[in-house]
Amino acid sequence: MDIQRLENISKQVRRDIVRMVHGCQSGHPGGSLGCTDFFVALYFHVMRHNAKEFSMDGKDEDLFFLSNGHISPVFYSVLARSGYFDVSELSTFRKINSRVQGHPTTHEGLPGIRIASGSLGQGLSVAIGAAQTKKLKKDTSLVFTLHGDGELQEGQIWEAAMYAPHNKVDNLISTIDYNGQQIDGPTEKVLSLGNLRAKWEAFGWDVLEMNGNDLVDVIRVLELAKAKTFKGKPIMILMQTNMGQGVDFMMGSHKWHGVAPNDEQLQQALYQLESSLLDY
Amino acid sequence: MKKYTFTDQKDTRSGFGAGLLEAGKRNENVVALCADLVSSLKMEAFIKEFPHRFFQIGIAEANMMGMAAGMTIGGSIPFTGTFANFSTGRVYDQIRQSIAYSGKNVKICASHAGLTLGEDGATHQILEDIGMMRMLPGMTVINPCDYNQTKAATIAIAEYEGPVYLRFGRPVIPVFTDPDQKFEIGKAWMVNEGTDVTIIATGHLVWEAIQAGEKLEEMGINAEIINIHTIKPLDEEAILRSVAKTGCVVTAEEHNRYGGLGDTIAQVLVTKHLVPQEYVATNDTFGESGKPAELMKKYGLDAEHIVKAVQKVLSRKNK
Repeated sequence: MDIQRLENISKQVRRDIVRMVHGCQSGHPGGSLGCTDFFVALYFHVMRHNAKEFSMDGKDEDLFFLSNGHISPVFYSVLARSGYFDVSELSTFRKINSRVQGHPTTHEGLPGIRIASGSLGQGLSVAIGAAQTKKLKKDTSLVFTLHGDGELQEGQIWEAAMYAPHNKVDNLISTIDYNGQQIDGPTEKVLSLGNLRAKWEAFGWDVLEMNGNDLVDVIRVLELAKAKTFKGKPIMILMQTNMGQGVDFMMGSHKWHGVAPNDEQLQQALYQLESSLLDY
Repeated sequence: MKKYTFTDQKDTRSGFGAGLLEAGKRNENVVALCADLVSSLKMEAFIKEFPHRFFQIGIAEANMMGMAAGMTIGGSIPFTGTFANFSTGRVYDQIRQSIAYSGKNVKICASHAGLTLGEDGATHQILEDIGMMRMLPGMTVINPCDYNQTKAATIAIAEYEGPVYLRFGRPVIPVFTDPDQKFEIGKAWMVNEGTDVTIIATGHLVWEAIQAGEKLEEMGINAEIINIHTIKPLDEEAILRSVAKTGCVVTAEEHNRYGGLGDTIAQVLVTKHLVPQEYVATNDTFGESGKPAELMKKYGLDAEHIVKAVQKVLSRKNK
């Protein structure tokens, strides 16, 4: 495994994120930057997937569902950099007549997207459904998901949390972006999540933890998770991240959840993220 | 007036159960999900035949809708089963985002729609579901009228690609349509040709419309009766052809007067061929506990009320 290569891709994806959000003066940079290393590890190392010939059914491919759709910038950048569509299309993010909508959608036919998300709490159910169809079709590839920690305040998450272990949905690896921040402030202030490990374990999940901003740890834990599939339990990874990781003035604060940088802030951010591939 | 007779009486939900079994036999991609109402939805035969293609979700309708959306990825054709209330209002956003906006091939099968759910009362008697579902872009909305039509519709929607809302009910009512009918989504059924007034009915109100037509005939009024089983997409041509002949319309449905069949028809009439219309529908109210027939009478949804609406619309037409 070439960690340097993945780190270079992460830097470029972070550049894409701040440039996309700056370009339309809207969108969600904080969570996107925090989850960049996770996405890069997933799409450039962990998942088996076919970027060149996208098919909705994804037969014999690993599938990924983004449940917290507002961190679409990182998703779009990684899809484009993986080859699902041309990176030049990233410049249309959140603009009129674009396939690169504010939140991910199948509606405009953007390759790589298999479900609309944005209204929170729905992605885990969708992923469980896709995982069940894989089992019906004797397809042994895996289903991955990502959720925000604030998203766990949605009730549907816990319906799905109850379903998956009861039905031994063990071809599923879910991850929570555990950055402790949501729009109105720290999750502990807005609505405490309590002991997340204990909660997921009580529901019957196999729970792992990882440092989401350390590519080596992300890959180690995702590989460990893969080794735990098909053993009767769904897998949940609690992923510690810094909101805004990689851009010092955005890090660790909920204030950059959904705010775009101005021209000066963009230059500051790009200065900290050297270009490794070509900008779009 | 064409004579309609029946030898059997059954509930439309049993038509769904029979149709689901048949659809499952014809296509191995058909799967069924249920939120703890297997016997109410008449899913037992499917489960017995295809135990591995049935998914018991528990009392978690939001999860059921999301899972159904996900199951389409990879080629399953999911049929979700619960009461109409829990199939729509409770999970509107899940249907909107994960099914309709995402364009997923999910069949939302909704039993116990309307007042005829009966004794459980207003908490369960949804009268707003057609409106909610027909507002969703790309959603097909079907409300068949008897056992045979519901069975045929269930088989037909499995062969159609796209999200569908299929609405049916609990009460035992006459079986008067052809057991071997071919169900065409979006195609009106001409129940009886007439010249004086067009009665457009859906679901349980179609049998009431036939009875009303017989009473009207005795009064010298020749009613055209059209069954709109598919509220969306609507067979506008059939409606416009009929009103061009009759010049007035009565719509009849087991639904609130806002947002349902009546409004669907009114939109066509207002924009394409304006004629007087009267509604037979609930009047912006919740239901209550009672026997189905008692409720239909009290809330003005029976043949007698259709006759009255016809008299009213004829007097407006003749002014």
